[in-house]
Amino acid sequence: MTPAGGGSASPAGAQTSPGTTGLASLAVLTVAATVIFIIWTATQLYDNAPPSGLGHWVLLAVSVAGAAASVALLRPAAAAVSDGRTARQMQVAGDAVGFRVHRARSRNSALVAMGSCLAAAVVALFVLFLLANNRAVQQTFFAPDMVSRSWLEVTKAFGTNLFIAVVGEVIVLAWGLVVALARLAPGPAGRPIAFLATAYIDAFRAVPAIIVIYLVGFGLPLAGVPVLSAMSPTWAAIFALALVYGAYVAEVYRAGIQSIHPSQMAAARSLGLSYSATMQSVIVPQAIRRVVPPLLNDFIGLQKDTSLVTVIGTVDAFTQAKIYSSNYFNLSSVTVVAALFIVITIPQTRFVDRMLARDQSRMQARG
Amino acid sequence: MPFLEIRSLHKSYGQVPVLKGIDLTVEQHQVICLIGASGCGKSTLLRCVNALEPINSGEIRLDGEVVSGEGTDVNRLRRDVGIVFQAFNLFPHMTVLDNITLAPRRVRGLDRSEAERRGRELLARVGLDGKASSYPDGLSGGQQQRVAIVRALAMNPRVLLLDEITSALDPELVAEVLDIVRELAAEGLTMLLATHEMSFAREVAHQVCFLHDGVILEQGPPEQIFGAPTQERTRAFLRRIIEAGRL
Repeated sequence: MTPAGGGSASPAGAQTSPGTTGLASLAVLTVAATVIFIIWTATQLYDNAPPSGLGHWVLLAVSVAGAAASVALLRPAAAAVSDGRTARQMQVAGDAVGFRVHRARSRNSALVAMGSCLAAAVVALFVLFLLANNRAVQQTFFAPDMVSRSWLEVTKAFGTNLFIAVVGEVIVLAWGLVVALARLAPGPAGRPIAFLATAYIDAFRAVPAIIVIYLVGFGLPLAGVPVLSAMSPTWAAIFALALVYGAYVAEVYRAGIQSIHPSQMAAARSLGLSYSATMQSVIVPQAIRRVVPPLLNDFIGLQKDTSLVTVIGTVDAFTQAKIYSSNYFNLSSVTVVAALFIVITIPQTRFVDRMLARDQSRMQARG
Repeated sequence: MPFLEIRSLHKSYGQVPVLKGIDLTVEQHQVICLIGASGCGKSTLLRCVNALEPINSGEIRLDGEVVSGEGTDVNRLRRDVGIVFQAFNLFPHMTVLDNITLAPRRVRGLDRSEAERRGRELLARVGLDGKASSYPDGLSGGQQQRVAIVRALAMNPRVLLLDEITSALDPELVAEVLDIVRELAAEGLTMLLATHEMSFAREVAHQVCFLHDGVILEQGPPEQIFGAPTQERTRAFLRRIIEAGRL
């Protein structure tokens, strides 16, 4: 179709696409449906609120805020409609560029509106899931009285998880590097050492952590080995997790070391530095900078796996929470454990991101 | 007695022969330029002299002492033979000053203050005294290569190998690097350099070697190699260089 406008030729992209107004209309319909759905969910939420007390007011506030916020979805939908209208006017006036710009804006706003609706609807569905079966889900996982009854003891026991994680990480940081360097040991003399390191890595990456913890925690005391058998369950757990994660972390280190270009090794060796001095001053410092993010990944894995020590009877947060959950037939105490893991993990991720950014900007600073 | 002597040096990578019998003698205070097409073995020859590549057969002598083959103390050899690479190969996680002082401290056992004093002196000589605490990524290519030269010089090498040190530089940065090499030549540092900068080779070299297919096909003073080459291959190579506007 040629835009009405005398003899002006139709530039590419100026054709009317019937989908344009269609998309804006679809966005309006979606937003209308979503707003109704959210307001209905909000009334459901308020219906389930306790008749009085703090809970009543909190849920009332949440319901009102949710319903009010849903109205914000109208904005992009309105923008889509208004830009669509402008686009049509420009098309009639023969302004091909203006038509294209406003059509693109209309489309964008329509997509933003529908994307936001999807997210909002998922949240509303989750709220309805909690309310389902007369609030059974919420009562099972998020019962406030169970949380307040158990959180103190569970948080105290979480200290054991933190202790195992921190000590384990310190050991793994050093042990993993030792294994990685052994795996990369150069020359014919290094070959048997490299073979041994590879065998260790293969074995301990293959065996599930829970089995290693079980074997170490119950097996060593039975075996009656001096020193090792006298370990407390907590130290047995640290030992077992260090064995497992040492293998993972060794591979992370190895990948980092091998990612450093061979010219760095050549440059350092050409200055007369020995192999070990080159590793120490040139290769490993660069490798560690590169592997910090995957290292954090493995550390978060280790932190989570501290909850496995419950199988050998170490009293950690999970063990403590299970006592509550089986006594009261309610899982809210376990939810507390889950929340604690989230709380300790997120700051670490941000901290590492910030640290890496600072290191990057330092090395790339002009001047 | 010749200072650096290379005799029937053979080197292959796996089944592929790269150097097929190199004979080369370098007197003290001489500057030798290696020219030739890419892949003719210039870089490999330099890396063999520095023992960065093991050789298959032949012999390298430095000041009369055999410094190649089994049992050579490569770390000792490399204290006397420095090398500067095409791609600079600075250590990106260290400041310029730490790049320079690493080897003097770790290999020669200098204490930090002494190493840094000498490092700053050398940096001042190449006009980079203000960059001591910068990191390599913050420097231009020419500045990085000057730091790399200083890093090699900080070990007081008796021979300096330069492996196409201007090939990775933008044209306007080449001069600042060559000026330093020119100065070092004037001071009498023994140098062996692989280069594509023909006019520079003509200017500083005492001897020019044309490498072709793993052997030194022609060797002589620059006037002879560039003015009246005797080998057809040399003439063909120089013709291509002139056509490319590089001479």
